[in-house]
Amino acid sequence: MKIAFTTSGHSLDAPLDARFGRAPRILVYDLDTGTFEVVDNTQNLNAPQGAGIQAAQNVARTGATHLVTGHCGPKAFKVLTAAGIAVYTTDAATVAQALELFRSGGLTRATSADVEGHWV
Amino acid sequence: MIISVASGKGGTGKTTVSANLARVWPSPVQLIDCDVEEPNCHLFIKGELMARDVVSMRVPQVDAALCTGCGACSDICEFNAIAALRDDALVFEELCHGCGGCTLVCPTRAITEKDRRIGGIEVIQAGHICLVQGRIDVGVAMAPPVIRAVKARLDPGKTAILDAPPGTSCPVIATVKDTDLVILVTEPTPFGLNDLRLAVDMVRALGLPFGVVVNRVGAGDDRVHVFCRDEGVPILMEIPDDRRIAEAYSRGELMVDALDGYRGLFEGLVHTVQGLRTRTRREDHADLRV
Repeated sequence: MKIAFTTSGHSLDAPLDARFGRAPRILVYDLDTGTFEVVDNTQNLNAPQGAGIQAAQNVARTGATHLVTGHCGPKAFKVLTAAGIAVYTTDAATVAQALELFRSGGLTRATSADVEGHWV
Repeated sequence: MIISVASGKGGTGKTTVSANLARVWPSPVQLIDCDVEEPNCHLFIKGELMARDVVSMRVPQVDAALCTGCGACSDICEFNAIAALRDDALVFEELCHGCGGCTLVCPTRAITEKDRRIGGIEVIQAGHICLVQGRIDVGVAMAPPVIRAVKARLDPGKTAILDAPPGTSCPVIATVKDTDLVILVTEPTPFGLNDLRLAVDMVRALGLPFGVVVNRVGAGDDRVHVFCRDEGVPILMEIPDDRRIAEAYSRGELMVDALDGYRGLFEGLVHTVQGLRTRTRREDHADLRV
């Protein structure tokens, strides 16, 4: 089972990026093997619109079934839900802390977006 | 001849110039209100409603049964308006600019297009003025498709005066593009000058012939005039700072109808504009591409 985390860094000790769509990278942790890969998400940093949609598509392409991030807007949530990805939001400081919270059952699955969309 | 009236700064008198110019124009004229987010020419031009139409744009729809989730649609979309999933694609209509790229590149022809309503058009006949106004629907963010639909009503046999939205961004460019002359309306204030500079940069970048109308002359300072002189920008008309103009405006009356002397001022603008047209035809607008 793979879990995606938004991050500004390259390792488990890196900060968990509170932004979903415009996080520079997505760290994908494989619970079965204990390994991870880092996927680039920087094409969204300067996107005029739809960054969350693109990022959600990127997460779906990694094969992750769970996403842990800071906040998730309505369009991204719609794509993630359609892709069958469970969304969790947290204010954990690092990816490692967020992973630990996930493992210990300290995160609650989001049932809707927790922030407003940025467009219309 | 197609004349567009733009400004940069809002509230400088675009509608005032457009509507009064249309009123004194000596032959049948179209007045096209391209400020589709808040059209207001109709407050001054009252006539008979001749037609009302819906404006739509083409947006994609995906047949999930045919979609393979290849992502070609999402890759080509500059606006992130379509997301490819494993065996479906999600469309966000409100982000779509209607370019049709996704429909073209879909290898399995899973994408077709449908109409999405984004606004309306009204045609009002008032004497020799045919007012065409666009109005974007509440909640729709993109004005240019509505503006293009309004401009599609241009009658090649008539002079048209286009009242542009304020600013210098996409809706304004959609309005002034392909017009024969841009009248930039400004006021002699620091804000008026600042935004006039932006508007001048815009019309120069577009290569459009233009001139300036200074409104409320006497209210501010002379920096707009100095700018125009230094830049070689022609001042086509000056409207004095006259409280009676604002009073007439507040009653929905045009100054050329309500106040003595102003009909002649705008008739002068007609002659100036027509003279420019005659000259610029011959010289390919060289003297106004300043």
